[in-house]
Amino acid sequence: MSTLAIVFLVLSILIVWGGLSASILYLRSHPERADYPPGGDEHYTPR
Amino acid sequence: MTASKPVVHRPREEWTGQVGFILAAIGSAVGLGNIWRFPGVAYENGGGAFLIPYLVALLTAGIPILFLDYAIGHRFRGSAPTAFRRLGGERARWLESLGWFQVAIAFVIGLYYTAVIAWALSYFVFSFDLRWGDDPAAFFTGEYLSTGSPGISLEFVPGVLIPLALVWVATIIVLAAGVAKGLQRVNVVFLPVLIVAFLILVVRALLLEGASSGLDALFTPDWSALANPDVWIAAYSQIFFSLSIAFGIMITYASYRRRRSNLTGPGLVVAFANSSFEILAGIGVFATIGFFAVQQGVSVAEVEGLTGVGLSFMTFPAIVSQMPGGAIFGCLFFGSLAMAGFTSLISVLQVVTAAVQEKFDLGRRAAALSVGGISAVLSILLFSTTTGLLALDVTDQWANNVGVVASAVLVTILVVWVLRRAAELRGHLNAVSTFQLGSIWVALVGVVAPVVLGYMLVQRIISLAIDGYSDMPGWYLLLFGWGTIAFILVAAVVLALLPWRRSPDEFIPWPPRALDTPPSRRKEASR
Repeated sequence: MSTLAIVFLVLSILIVWGGLSASILYLRSHPERADYPPGGDEHYTPR
Repeated sequence: MTASKPVVHRPREEWTGQVGFILAAIGSAVGLGNIWRFPGVAYENGGGAFLIPYLVALLTAGIPILFLDYAIGHRFRGSAPTAFRRLGGERARWLESLGWFQVAIAFVIGLYYTAVIAWALSYFVFSFDLRWGDDPAAFFTGEYLSTGSPGISLEFVPGVLIPLALVWVATIIVLAAGVAKGLQRVNVVFLPVLIVAFLILVVRALLLEGASSGLDALFTPDWSALANPDVWIAAYSQIFFSLSIAFGIMITYASYRRRRSNLTGPGLVVAFANSSFEILAGIGVFATIGFFAVQQGVSVAEVEGLTGVGLSFMTFPAIVSQMPGGAIFGCLFFGSLAMAGFTSLISVLQVVTAAVQEKFDLGRRAAALSVGGISAVLSILLFSTTTGLLALDVTDQWANNVGVVASAVLVTILVVWVLRRAAELRGHLNAVSTFQLGSIWVALVGVVAPVVLGYMLVQRIISLAIDGYSDMPGWYLLLFGWGTIAFILVAAVVLALLPWRRSPDEFIPWPPRALDTPPSRRKEASR
């Protein structure tokens, strides 16, 4: 395998899987808003 | 409210929470295209250099349209026809037909997507004893599918009929079980199993002799490709078809989220998870193809059948036959294909079931049984006969490249330009989400998406109209290709004209427009 191909293999993994990790970490630290507008809080209760 | 017809407010079904929604949305996005389309498309369009147009397409069209779907489904809390009708409001109730346009596409795709899953299940079993023998291509079209010439045949192929019927029974059971106990549960079980099975497959592929030559072929960048507009179009279409956007799925799925729930944060996870699986599939598929090339004493460039049905049901079986422990590898590959396909299939059919349920005021089980029953009969009639493969190929070409792309162009133009609702939808996303969207989002869904997708659509229509497709007879393309589009258009108009059993119009979107950007966030959102 050429060095160039290895560089692009690593780059693809870093960017795309890195994007996945970053978006998971972001969601974990900001799972929900603290300040929803009033209302909109009805829940579904399964029958 | 008048006394004559009291409106019974029935709360909407819901995912159990954020994780359930994310898993279901990933299950929907990760489908056959991730495994059999991405690797070959990346290889043919610049290899490593394809990463650039691919990421640009993901960020400028994929994620923005995904958010648009989420916003429409979540704000107007309904299946595609309900949501578009409510979005249209009193002056544009006709927008409901755009929802039925999407439902009709999903209906058509469901008919043949099931058939591919049925093939994958057959091949899962065939892997045990490598039943395809020495010539897998001839086995697939001949012995297995008994493919005839283009025409309409009622000669059923039992080897397809039986797994196809099984897939339909399973699908109807899942849809009837509902959002949390059906769709979500299937994804919670199948998605982790799929990922583990596919990871084992990739590791095994990497250990094969010649794996590195396959990866070399896939990742070596061809910079000249970046100057070719077709490569950019290939990137946009790969992202677009892979994310399950613009034909109602994400509208329907988002409508089952609680009102107070984060949309954009989970959306980023779903989009990157989908692409992550594509990269993984690229590594697995090309490592395997590298092994095959070495076995055959040829270069990777000389291997044929690198995408779609050819890759999965002709090239891969041939490779499996040559591999030590091939039976297990075959089971992992076809099992993964079937699982990835099934979690996408149920999302496609939920688009139809939810729409029928709301329009005709049916219970969930009645809607699942009627939609599933009609689809199953049509699917078996069209795709388990000796002409199934040809009908599938043609219908898929038109439903996706004309139907879904037209749907996206229509949605972006009508919602952003005709009804001018982009600001409201952006406000909605920002009011409930943690990841805030700037006005660039409006530019991406309002300008970039319709321009790029519109170009793709026009180019494809011209090529299909002038050059035809796959050397098939004109009458056949007229019937199964353009006929599919005509069916979708007629369905969109007729279903929108039928009366609602229970009007969806008494609906108040939340949050109200004035509140959709709380003051504390206004500064941030305007960045």
